[in-house]
Amino acid sequence: MPSYFTHRLTIVTGHYGTGKTEFSVNLALALAGEGARVALADLDIVNPYFRSRERRELLEEAGVRLIATSQALADADVPALPPELHALLEDRSLRGVLDIGGDPSGARVLARYRPRLKGEDYQLLYVVNANRPEVRTAESSTAYLRAIEASSGLRCTGLVNNTHLCGETTPEEVRRGAALAEEVSRRTGVPVLCHVAEARFAEQLEDLALFPIEIRMKKPWEL
Amino acid sequence: MKREIWKGSEAIAEAAIRAGCRCFFGYPITPQNEIPEYMSLHMPQSGGVFVQAESELAAVNMVYGAAASGVRAMTSSSSPGVSLKQEGISYMAACQLPGVVVNVMRGGPGLGSIQPAQGDYYQATRGGGNGDYRTVVLAPANIQEAVDLTQEAFDIADQYRNPVVVLADGLIGQMMEPIVWKERTPRELPEKTWAACGRGDRDHNNFVTSLLIDAPSCEAHNLVLAEKTAEMEKNECRWEEILMDDAELVFVAFGTPSRVAQTAAENLRKQGIKAGVFRPITLWPFPYARLREIAALERVKVFVDVEMSLGQMIDDLNLAVAERKPVRFYGRSGGVIPHVSEVEQAALEAWKEVK
Repeated sequence: MPSYFTHRLTIVTGHYGTGKTEFSVNLALALAGEGARVALADLDIVNPYFRSRERRELLEEAGVRLIATSQALADADVPALPPELHALLEDRSLRGVLDIGGDPSGARVLARYRPRLKGEDYQLLYVVNANRPEVRTAESSTAYLRAIEASSGLRCTGLVNNTHLCGETTPEEVRRGAALAEEVSRRTGVPVLCHVAEARFAEQLEDLALFPIEIRMKKPWEL
Repeated sequence: MKREIWKGSEAIAEAAIRAGCRCFFGYPITPQNEIPEYMSLHMPQSGGVFVQAESELAAVNMVYGAAASGVRAMTSSSSPGVSLKQEGISYMAACQLPGVVVNVMRGGPGLGSIQPAQGDYYQATRGGGNGDYRTVVLAPANIQEAVDLTQEAFDIADQYRNPVVVLADGLIGQMMEPIVWKERTPRELPEKTWAACGRGDRDHNNFVTSLLIDAPSCEAHNLVLAEKTAEMEKNECRWEEILMDDAELVFVAFGTPSRVAQTAAENLRKQGIKAGVFRPITLWPFPYARLREIAALERVKVFVDVEMSLGQMIDDLNLAVAERKPVRFYGRSGGVIPHVSEVEQAALEAWKEVK
């Protein structure tokens, strides 16, 4: 895997529906595949369904430690944060992916850890998706990015283009998202880190800095 | 047309605004909070009104009030919240007021769980409030359909002057899918000459009331409503048939389970069993007539009803099939989604019985 993710901690933010969880789960699995000790922290306090904790089995089989609300509350939407998150901050031999729930309200959970995160080696990523109506323009996407920075109190360090159309994605869609990400980058000065696409498109998109994924957050009838 | 990715709940909200809904009243409850959240931002931008009411009961009565003045109005909630709205729905039906009620169902009874379910079938299709009335119940199985049906719900409501229920399960509310915003041809609708929106040039005041204290006049009013019920039954029934041309085993399912059943049917076909899916889109009126025809086909051997409840729509299916063919059931409840393999297994067992 290319070395887009050299920091110990990767914090994933964005508007809901941009595909943060799909990206986070894939990233954690990729890091574990490289032999790293990895923990994925599901800090989604916004969405009631389709959270990374639903892939507990898959993650644990791959050796990824899942840090999430206690199993007893796995189906609830209580905004409780798992105390195990501190393990990720204390144990510097552990790589971490922090999946933050959608929108600026969801990113507020980061504010609580800001004093601790400041001393850590982390990157804070903002996921761009040109097919999400609320953030499909450079203007609205930038405004969301700024709102997430304001509520979390942290600076965004990289953009991830994750433009897709679920099962109807084409390489052209990814390229359209790449153009949007570049425009957001121009406006904000935040560099574009990589472009997410299903591995089957890798050849057609080899000119892009690609992070290839497999769809892990499947719908019940796709299982 | 440009495809976009929308989350079910927000798509339903945007669809309502595009259909001319200008008043939204609601109270938060999972798994449909994106509807009021979206409305709170976008309804004022569209020149409409958003109110987060103090309760579900207040919200539905605000819809009653707005509808009485002739404005397109909507409320949304999830199962326990929709129980609270039943009084308002009954009053709206009584007063012949159009309005749209969206129920994004979760596990019940009582407060239940926040995961997807379909246990409100009886409540929605039988009219959960008091008195002789029915509401058209539209059950989307994907986000595009959630958009299209929400928009049409407003037309149906206005055409019959009756509340319409959009009955989605939690998964439809929470999942993301690509959709397009189609050019819509709205129905031709009667003018709202009955609306209590100021006397203007009229020679009389318009009153909106459901109190008919004299029994014969109350009955006469019920007969007026019954005529509309008959019209809705005649005109509004719809369904989809998937892999049904040669089907010998027929899954009957709506919403999310219909998609699980479709995957199961495709898998069964690979094993040599001709399976298909019959999907009611309107739960009321229920497609009895078409199911009766299918049940009479010689090739059709067995029905397998799949629901995210312990069996509610199966009563309507049994009324349609009327013992012409065996009807078997597989359901999960309380927020558990039936797995494709479980549905397949239930179908295999049903098939063994009839083959």
